[in-house]
Amino acid sequence: MKTLAELQAIRDSMKDKVSLRNGTAGMRVVVGMATCGIAAGARPVLNAFVEEVNKQGLTEKATVTQTGCIGICQYEPVVEIFEAGKDKVTYVKMTAEKARRVVEEHIKGGKIVHEYTIGAAQN
Amino acid sequence: MKELSLNILDIAKNSVKAGATCIEIFLIEEAGIRTLTIRDDGCGMSPEFLAHVTDPFTTTRTTRPVGMGLPLLKLAAEQAEGKLTITSQQGENHGTTVQATFRINHLDCVPVGDVAGTMVTLIQGSPDIDFEFLYRTEAGEKRLSTREMREVLGDVPLDTPEVLAWVSELLHEPFC
Repeated sequence: MKTLAELQAIRDSMKDKVSLRNGTAGMRVVVGMATCGIAAGARPVLNAFVEEVNKQGLTEKATVTQTGCIGICQYEPVVEIFEAGKDKVTYVKMTAEKARRVVEEHIKGGKIVHEYTIGAAQN
Repeated sequence: MKELSLNILDIAKNSVKAGATCIEIFLIEEAGIRTLTIRDDGCGMSPEFLAHVTDPFTTTRTTRPVGMGLPLLKLAAEQAEGKLTITSQQGENHGTTVQATFRINHLDCVPVGDVAGTMVTLIQGSPDIDFEFLYRTEAGEKRLSTREMREVLGDVPLDTPEVLAWVSELLHEPFC
């Protein structure tokens, strides 16, 4: 049975960490979450990114955010990764499993997973 | 939409876009009827916009002139012998209420699906908005109040991963 008391424990453990979480991350993972994205399966993709980034200890490095319709509904679920000084990377037709691989190889390892990108999907 | 919980996520996103500070999501099952109510205190819609809002060619999105969110919820309700009702007000007491009913044992009634995933996604996307969630069935109820959570959490943001995990586990528990 979950209780509000457990949130108190989370609060206590967060005391020193909170200030670090405010917009210092260099990488931004943006998941399209309009009707088209949701219907195509964006919800588990978003939640997989959030969980995996946390599990791998990458919350200082990458923030996961949601946006509306990106405009390429036929490729949903669509995920864009922005990093200062680099070209935007657009991943298409994503799944939770693919999301975990992108966290491991791209966010953690710095290597784009080319086979999931829109460039690969169009060829 | 394969699950009603995906419609809930989609429609609640409209409330977010309307600038709501509090969004109530109630899912009540009684006498064989499931009633979904999503009520917000957002900017509301004009009577003209409201009159055409379930037309797929009405939308606030700017990428293309098609909006499928409310039409899809209307379809889901009507295919299960239910209906969609929307009331909205601008100006004083502004806000919008979307209500959809479903006959639960109808062959074409969509399953409720992963409400925990929907609430986690909503809170992650809008940690500063308050959500009041209630899912009541004959087996009991599940409830989530971000206001109550904030009272305990203080200045710890709701989109902290540990907090989102707590929300997910809470809503995955059986009805009580």
